[in-house]
Amino acid sequence: MSDRLFVATRKGVFTLARAPGRVSRARPRWQVARAQFLGDNASMVRPDRRDGWVYVALGLGHFGVKMHRSKDRGRTWEACATPAYPTKPEGLDEREPNSQRPIPWNTELVWALEPGHASEPGVLWCGTLPGGLFRSRDRGASWELVESLWRHPKRPGWFGGGAEWPGLHSVCVDPRDARRVTVGVSCGGVWQTGDGGRTWQQRAQGMRAAFMPPERAYDPDVQDPHCVVQCPVAPNVFWAQHHNGIFRSTDGSASWTEITGKPSSFGFAVAVHPHDPDTAWFVPGISDEHRIPPKGKVVVSRTRNGGKSLQVLSKGLPQAHAYDLTFRHALDVDETGERLAFGTTTGALYVSENGGDSWEAASEHLPPVYCVRFG
Amino acid sequence: MPRVTFTTTIQRHVTCPPADVPGRTVREVLDAVFAANPAARSYVLDDQGAVRRHMVVFVNGRQIADRVTLTDAVAPDAKVYVLQALSGG
Repeated sequence: MSDRLFVATRKGVFTLARAPGRVSRARPRWQVARAQFLGDNASMVRPDRRDGWVYVALGLGHFGVKMHRSKDRGRTWEACATPAYPTKPEGLDEREPNSQRPIPWNTELVWALEPGHASEPGVLWCGTLPGGLFRSRDRGASWELVESLWRHPKRPGWFGGGAEWPGLHSVCVDPRDARRVTVGVSCGGVWQTGDGGRTWQQRAQGMRAAFMPPERAYDPDVQDPHCVVQCPVAPNVFWAQHHNGIFRSTDGSASWTEITGKPSSFGFAVAVHPHDPDTAWFVPGISDEHRIPPKGKVVVSRTRNGGKSLQVLSKGLPQAHAYDLTFRHALDVDETGERLAFGTTTGALYVSENGGDSWEAASEHLPPVYCVRFG
Repeated sequence: MPRVTFTTTIQRHVTCPPADVPGRTVREVLDAVFAANPAARSYVLDDQGAVRRHMVVFVNGRQIADRVTLTDAVAPDAKVYVLQALSGG
């Protein structure tokens, strides 16, 4: 059971602690215990349950992307290395397919940060804009670009979805095998290695892109999975919140089946129950062109039967004129599957301690929330 | 020797005192500064060694023209300022 929440926002990193004893509306259960990196744009925060270290990625407006790490669960921080791209080969002409602007070989944003396999202490994976995947073997003291994916002939075809450049936002390390890693790319589908990153295969077969001409709707290379997660106890099961739908795989991402969301299929975030592959949560918005909650009501949708049906959960959430959107990393579930938290673009943070049946506002006045993680 | 002075806003992240360094181009001057203060390099230059999009470099009051390969000339008594651009917010 996690009693601590890390929240990365547009203007700082906040740590919330669960208060013991009686609580009231004036004294909520979850309270801000620390406010750090105040004023700085924090795209990602990631506690590592293996050793208690915590990592933060900042996007400093003038000075670029920077990373920090904490050895004491967020009390104190030190600067560590930031993933950096190798020198771009002279004369190489790579252009983002939509804008036709040259792809920068530069870390524009840290968009994924995941601890490695349990058998590989100190290993971290980092996904970035413009699409590079990096690995650290020393807790962020240094990073190496996974060249096999960056130099894959299909990679220059990746394109921006919402962002200016393509981005690698999801990293799933198979708990059965450290060499099997699955990543999600907006826009470029789902890629998997079974040999520790030497070779990669496209794994988005079955996903459908409503934003493409019909003849290319099922092209795996153009898919826009907003977020991909893998069930720890049933690693053949993946869930993806995609640009225009929810998708589920039960065969290790070899194929995907579309599920219609409720009250809508659009959204960014997805969380899977750590002990039940059939249970997953989503935070829906209306659609691509209306990135606000349906009818001004903030809700979470949950399935408990592998997507055959979804329940709309609203108890404790604002149900009138609420225009909160939840980004892809701003929903998390703890290791019990009972505690969930999500943050929003309007600075609200909601926590549930009963699997989503009811929610309490921990704060409604944070900066826009990018990432929420129990730890 | 040219004198390189950094914006005060960078000091919160990485200490960058004014430095008198040798060099005849912006690249040579900044390389000399960062050789002594490697942590500061990535705050000013991107992964490819170009000036970051929201940073600006002035030599004797004139903004440099070559932000990619940093070939602008620097006189022996030049004053070089490394500042944040207003575009960065």
